Amino acid sequence: MDDTTLVPVAGNGLLPLRALNRRQILTGLGAGALALPSAALAAGGRPSWMQGAGAGMRGYGTPSPAETVSRVAIASQPGTTGSGASRTPLAALEGTITPSGLHFERHHSGVPPIDPAAHRLHIHGLVERPLAFSLEALERYPLVTQLRFLECSGNSAANLAAPEAPDLDVATLHGLVSQSEWVGVPLSVLLEEAGLKPGAAWVIAEGADAAAMSRSVPLAKALDDAIVALYQNGERLRPENGYPMRLFLPNYEGNMSVKWLRRLKVTDQPAMAKDETSKYTELMPDGRAAQFTFTMGVKSVITRPSKGYGLGAHGIYPITGLAWSGQGEIRRVEVSADGGRSWADAALEGPGGPGAMARFRMPWLWQGQPATLVSRATDSTGARQPTRDMLVQARGAQSFYHYNGQQRWQVSAAGDVRNSYV
Amino acid sequence: MFKPAVSPCLAGLLLACAASASSATSGAPSLGEPLTLAVLAGIELTVLPTGEGLPAGVGSVAEGAALYQQHCQACHGPEGQGGMNGDLVGGVGSLATAAPKKTVNSYWPYATIAFDYIRRAMPYTAPGSLGADEVYAIVAYLLSRDDVVPEDAVLDAEGLAAVKMPNAEGFYPGE
Ligand code: HEC
Repeated sequence: MDDTTLVPVAGNGLLPLRALNRRQILTGLGAGALALPSAALAAGGRPSWMQGAGAGMRGYGTPSPAETVSRVAIASQPGTTGSGASRTPLAALEGTITPSGLHFERHHSGVPPIDPAAHRLHIHGLVERPLAFSLEALERYPLVTQLRFLECSGNSAANLAAPEAPDLDVATLHGLVSQSEWVGVPLSVLLEEAGLKPGAAWVIAEGADAAAMSRSVPLAKALDDAIVALYQNGERLRPENGYPMRLFLPNYEGNMSVKWLRRLKVTDQPAMAKDETSKYTELMPDGRAAQFTFTMGVKSVITRPSKGYGLGAHGIYPITGLAWSGQGEIRRVEVSADGGRSWADAALEGPGGPGAMARFRMPWLWQGQPATLVSRATDSTGARQPTRDMLVQARGAQSFYHYNGQQRWQVSAAGDVRNSYV
Repeated sequence: MFKPAVSPCLAGLLLACAASASSATSGAPSLGEPLTLAVLAGIELTVLPTGEGLPAGVGSVAEGAALYQQHCQACHGPEGQGGMNGDLVGGVGSLATAAPKKTVNSYWPYATIAFDYIRRAMPYTAPGSLGADEVYAIVAYLLSRDDVVPEDAVLDAEGLAAVKMPNAEGFYPGE
């Protein structure tokens, strides 16, 4: 054992990254921690599941019955089931891919039961040739693959709006972000086929849900990296993620990646739709509101330790979490265990790339000392994640959307973890 | 038998010419089916702030009051406030305070948005069920709650597009 491994690199017990490889590393007391049934242990050399043939093959696999992970904080407007959100259980997951069934949801009028054979994508407006595309037709176009985060711009808003830090867990606070491999047809190809007319400047996208949810997309974005996504993580889109086709706009606020895409109208102006005026605009202290704030800012969050995923025995713990930015690639995540007085660089993992999430990890020696854990990310444009105070200063507490402030977790001497602003 | 490739452009088929040009640049198949005007008319829902896209029709505040009670009040409360699914009116002048109240009348920059949204999405349980006259009337009624239009207002496409909302100047492009 190399003893310099235990020499802190920053305040309150942050260790050199090589400490991540130590055998004695602890995982903490997770909300989903497994309690081994004593019967299994009693089986000694040959547990029950080795005493007979196992289950057979099946058409579509599901997680082990021992796993209880699910979306959390599922909430809908009173009297409705489909005007609301569910969140990705960030602390229960590892790596950077969100399983499709755990991708966050935000619907404005439920999930439509679309018949894929009857569904069409209509392109019209300022085009030479108004066109309709079936799913079957889109399948025959060249496809592109993008590993990308998708974040609702209302993610994390509770930490801005509430005057005192709300006593919530990481999934409830920040779980309106997920990452998938999206595969689809470049929108530029379809617009080119329709033929843009002079004056074209915006594309108004509309879904085939009961709300006919609608957003205006700048033409430049539509021609750049927008796709009509058909696949998510290798299989057809899940119904709650836009089956059979959705717009996917990398790095932009999630609401604009219109699900169940049915209509694209090319115009010379934005529609000023309800969801780009009434909602998804940031009200400033002077009463004016920033509109068309598309790009998601640089952000990170420690997913463990976090509320419900506290510490038990004293020892070395990995501090881990996710970082992403709509402006560029994640270059650096720093972690602090003393509330931001000192910082150390965390190890970055995952395939990375622009618009992709990075997983970060930092070893921490916890010997029962109280601590405030914080992370801050920096992207390839040099933008660094701001503190909550900086954002409140800059845009007040009513701006709600696009809140990317640093998350602070307060660890007690007993190893419990709480959301904190200080 | 050898057949020289005849450009459809030469044959005067402008559409086919443009289509083949597009697939030549992208290398993609051209599989979109032409959309007829009839199909387009049936799917069009977008109303622009200029009023473009507003259908023919007309409705009064008085008609709107009755329609609101029948179709909206259960979720949005009597007179547009106090319901379980959010207030639609009130809050004018509150945006710069510590307790801003964002509603159609206090926050939305154009009255056309109310027509666009209500026609496409409301009532929540039966979107698309209201006729154009009914939507004009309900919008007129909501606007009248904060005197954005007078109690005797009758709105049609032209009248709606001309309405000046209290927060018309309240938005600026954020990026
Ligand atoms: C069954 C309940 C219900 C009924 C009935 C109903 N609504 Fe709604 N309304 C909702 C819900 C839920 C939302 C939020 C939708 C979302 O998630 O985007 C909403 C949103 C709205 C909004 C947007 C509010 C904002 O500030 O963004 C308007 C405007 C509106 N409704 C108008 C109406 C009108 C007009 C009627 C009657 C024609 C009506 N609603 C009937 C439930 C209802």
